[in-house]
Amino acid sequence: MTPDMRATPKLAKGVRLSDKNQQPRTLLMPERALRLNGPSLAIVELCDGHHTVEQIAERLHAMYAKAEPQRITKDLLGYLALLHDERAVDF
Amino acid sequence: MLVAELTHRCPLHCVYCSNPLELAKRETELPTETWVRVLQEAATAGVLQADLTGGEPLARTDIVELVRAGRRAGLYISLITSGLPLDEAKLAALVEAGLDHFQLSFQGMYEATARNISNSTSHGHKLKVLDWLKKHGLGVTLNFVIHRQNISELEEMVAFVEGYRPACVEFASVQYYGWGFANRERLLPSREQLDHCVETLKKAEQRLKGKTRLVFVVPDYFAKYPKPCVGGWGRKLMVITPDGKALPCHAATIIPGMQFANVKDQSLLEIWHNSSAFQRFRGEEWMQEPCQSCDRRQLDFGGCRCQAFLLAGDASATDPVCSLAPTRAKVDGILAQIAVAPPATSEQQVDWRYRPNPA
Repeated sequence: MTPDMRATPKLAKGVRLSDKNQQPRTLLMPERALRLNGPSLAIVELCDGHHTVEQIAERLHAMYAKAEPQRITKDLLGYLALLHDERAVDF
Repeated sequence: MLVAELTHRCPLHCVYCSNPLELAKRETELPTETWVRVLQEAATAGVLQADLTGGEPLARTDIVELVRAGRRAGLYISLITSGLPLDEAKLAALVEAGLDHFQLSFQGMYEATARNISNSTSHGHKLKVLDWLKKHGLGVTLNFVIHRQNISELEEMVAFVEGYRPACVEFASVQYYGWGFANRERLLPSREQLDHCVETLKKAEQRLKGKTRLVFVVPDYFAKYPKPCVGGWGRKLMVITPDGKALPCHAATIIPGMQFANVKDQSLLEIWHNSSAFQRFRGEEWMQEPCQSCDRRQLDFGGCRCQAFLLAGDASATDPVCSLAPTRAKVDGILAQIAVAPPATSEQQVDWRYRPNPA
């Protein structure tokens, strides 16, 4: 399910980020762990129930200024939809 | 992944229990400090998750302390439990200690079914536990072990899941080792029952998408190819028994000639790299034909070693459930017997081999 731009995604119950001193960082969930790289880690860190999808997109646009903003937003929505269907994120 | 079998004691006596027929006695259980060291060593070695299981992990009086130690070490901690013995205060203490995930097993959808399977009265209590879990906001997996005696309650189970909306639900077909193997003739479903089950769960998966993740474990006697048991021997998983033996698989003690290192004597990392038990079926050297030249050997690693021993009498043989295995006829023979067996009735209780509670 693709989120609305005004939605405020947050990690689902039983899902959390691994500790900062554990490299590579992973998203820990029941019986599974998802390895996070630069952009995916930035997104997951902002899934705190306070930032809207729009705000997360703006943050990514600033971080990756050379990339096309529309493309970034599209990838963000796709990634959040995936995390939602895997029951890692609620919105 | 580390699986910590903290104890073999359990208030339930399920007829398909995955513990070995010879259960570890209470006096042989590792003390708290050894478990704490094991959890720390696991985290240092790069393990991300630990399943605290048993027997019944809540039977350990130090369970809150062990959850706290595991979480402090940096592990994601799951409790794999029947929900007994537990009250709300103990659950609150577990949550406060940092428990990440609670996997609650159900034996059926009714007290009578659950009693027939577990020889205990526990179903009503589990429903209370579910209310407390919701209140305390824990991530929950519901686990239904599926077999001939409860497969007719599948629709009720699915409806229940849709009402409760856990993060995850597992419909796990019984695995035929230990107690499950001893009781297999009354547990294996018929082909028709299984087909209906698959169809029901496919529809349920669609309805639950985005709400609850559904996992279905098929009974591999009916499969065309074997399961990649434990993700491949000595590749991903280490099981520690209540008395400290390090196993590459829950059932590995049934294989003759195996020498298991003990966490009382060696570190987890030493055992992982050097233990003869972990090396025995690692890689492909040990494989026989048809596995050795099979295109699927890196997908399923030849299947399950314990099943090969139980059914073919040779732990290095191709898993007999594989359609390419020279011993597949053994599995077909068992299934043929099942096909003519009478349907399930609750009066069959007397014939079960219930798993006892170790001293």
